[in-house]
Amino acid sequence: MTTPMRPLAVSACTVSSALGRGLQAQHDALRLGRGGLRANDFGSAPRLGWVGRVDGLETTALPPALADWDCRNHRLAWLGLQQDDFLDRVHAARARYGVRRVALLLGTSTASIGATEEAYRRLDADGRFPADLRRPALHAPDSLSAFAAAALALAGPCLTISTACSSSAKVFASAARLLQLDLADAAVVGGVDSLCDNVLFGFNALELIAPTACRPFDTGRDGISIGEAAGFALLERVEAAPRAPRLLGYGEASDAWHMSSPHPEGQGAELALDAALARAGLAAAQVDYVNLHGTASRQNDAMEAALLARRFPASTRASSTKGFTGHTLGAAGIVEATIALQAIEHDFVPGNLGAATPDPACGPQFAWQDETRCVDVALSNSFGFGGNNACLVFGRSP
Amino acid sequence: MKPLDLFVEGIGLWSPQFADFAALRARLNGDAPVAPAAPTSALLPANERRRAPESVRLAVEVAGQALAMSGRDPATLACVFASAHGDQAITDAICATLARAPAELSPTRFHHSVHNAPAGYWTIATGCRAPSSAVCAGARSFAAALLEASTQALAERRPVLLACSDIAGRGPLLEMTGCDRAFGCALLLAPEAGTTTLARLRLELPADHASSTPPPATLPDAAVGNPAAAALPLLALLAGAGGRCRLELAAALDLLIAVEPAA
Repeated sequence: MTTPMRPLAVSACTVSSALGRGLQAQHDALRLGRGGLRANDFGSAPRLGWVGRVDGLETTALPPALADWDCRNHRLAWLGLQQDDFLDRVHAARARYGVRRVALLLGTSTASIGATEEAYRRLDADGRFPADLRRPALHAPDSLSAFAAAALALAGPCLTISTACSSSAKVFASAARLLQLDLADAAVVGGVDSLCDNVLFGFNALELIAPTACRPFDTGRDGISIGEAAGFALLERVEAAPRAPRLLGYGEASDAWHMSSPHPEGQGAELALDAALARAGLAAAQVDYVNLHGTASRQNDAMEAALLARRFPASTRASSTKGFTGHTLGAAGIVEATIALQAIEHDFVPGNLGAATPDPACGPQFAWQDETRCVDVALSNSFGFGGNNACLVFGRSP
Repeated sequence: MKPLDLFVEGIGLWSPQFADFAALRARLNGDAPVAPAAPTSALLPANERRRAPESVRLAVEVAGQALAMSGRDPATLACVFASAHGDQAITDAICATLARAPAELSPTRFHHSVHNAPAGYWTIATGCRAPSSAVCAGARSFAAALLEASTQALAERRPVLLACSDIAGRGPLLEMTGCDRAFGCALLLAPEAGTTTLARLRLELPADHASSTPPPATLPDAAVGNPAAAALPLLALLAGAGGRCRLELAAALDLLIAVEPAA
């Protein structure tokens, strides 16, 4: 029996994606209905589909003290950390609580595997990594958190969660437990994933990449568009930031179904939803906005549309924003958490970009166009390979 | 913080030297049990066992051992799977394919490459719809995952299965990981004592930072270089009369663990 949790303050957050750098760029794009996808112009992928690419990473430099960490994923992480005064907010939390009392929990699907791919393309005559890429910490799945711990000078509990596309939603759950048990006073959560050959060719091999910009919940949807993003949030107890929006609940569950396709009836997704609502002490009808996982794959969207239709009234509004950002994989959880938080901040429901002909399975909850309306409670769904589901509930401070 | 008290109901272990936790205990007592050839991963259906990558077979083997000791129902049991390097053999194969002929990347290999492949296979094989996770923290993966599983068990008042394993690396990547032999272990942790309790763990984050406890001198050096083998000092205490060990949790933060065997 899941019982209500004590809410946490989301005292700061930031996001950078194909929509631009920082929260304002994201909000402007959502408000204008201006998506960030473009024909794929990345790497050695032979023009596979469309992508949500972050501009300027090629010329982003890490500070000299962090130079050994240089790779696309860490440039994106560093670029992300510098937006919205987030670094200053972390420094303030570190000063207030101490370096060992600020936890760091980040989600990523492929971390800096792009650097490992490059090393394999440039093996030396002896079949070894080229000298400039013989940096063991770069070629490990925890590289993002190790980099961020160095960049933020944090020394509290530190963990990378890598459950594919639910990774940076689940970090909120782990952080909530650490704070509940007084193992930390604050937590930096978030996630970063960047474009790399592995995911472009991998999803292509699974025949899951759309030839043009993805179309979530469209009748003719034909796959995902991969994006890259970095997002972070600072969680503290509500007493420390009483006016900040709140994490009200989280839910996690497994499908027990298939490695690369969701349970057709969405059983795991619904269990995660139930747990999140129970922790928030809310009924589904009290949710004003749902940011859907909505990848534009045939199966995900069919499952999620049916779940939405059977659990929520028409007064709950819902949309997928992957038509704006692309599917940012391990970063999707944090990107869409910031969109849910902005929905509350601005009383704004983003439209479901990309669906010209809505799937008739979609109910009246769908916001096909953006809407201005009161949003006190916003929920975000994140589902990953291996049947790994997470659901987060955010709310306005009372 | 208050100390965290957890109750161990099951212990799994597999390496090329130890078929299970009983083999470790025998070795510590001076016996030399027969080394295993490969994990059996009996919980996987035969067709899945053939398909499953090596990292999955190792994780399922140790998780299955701990589960069997506890007698818990896996369908409702939360699980945390940790691995410092993921499936190094698959990473090596994928990167080699991407360098040579990227369009030939196998879809199966790709979906096996996700860090949560062991969690996925486990939940599918056991019909588990409870929360499942996949985590890593480099050389500190075991300690960080133990804290993650423990906080879940205590904050949510539910038993949690923790598995931590790394297979041997290969190819050019091996020089970076330095992990050339397999090691996996698992603990089934409950928030309350029960009839199947084997030992109590008391976890603390001490104010000071010091060297981690080395593995017992009587153990072979077989698991050197495998991050999952950071669990050996704790496993040795569980196999013996209890005591305390210290594991590095973060850059300047340790996890202090006191082990008290059940009476």
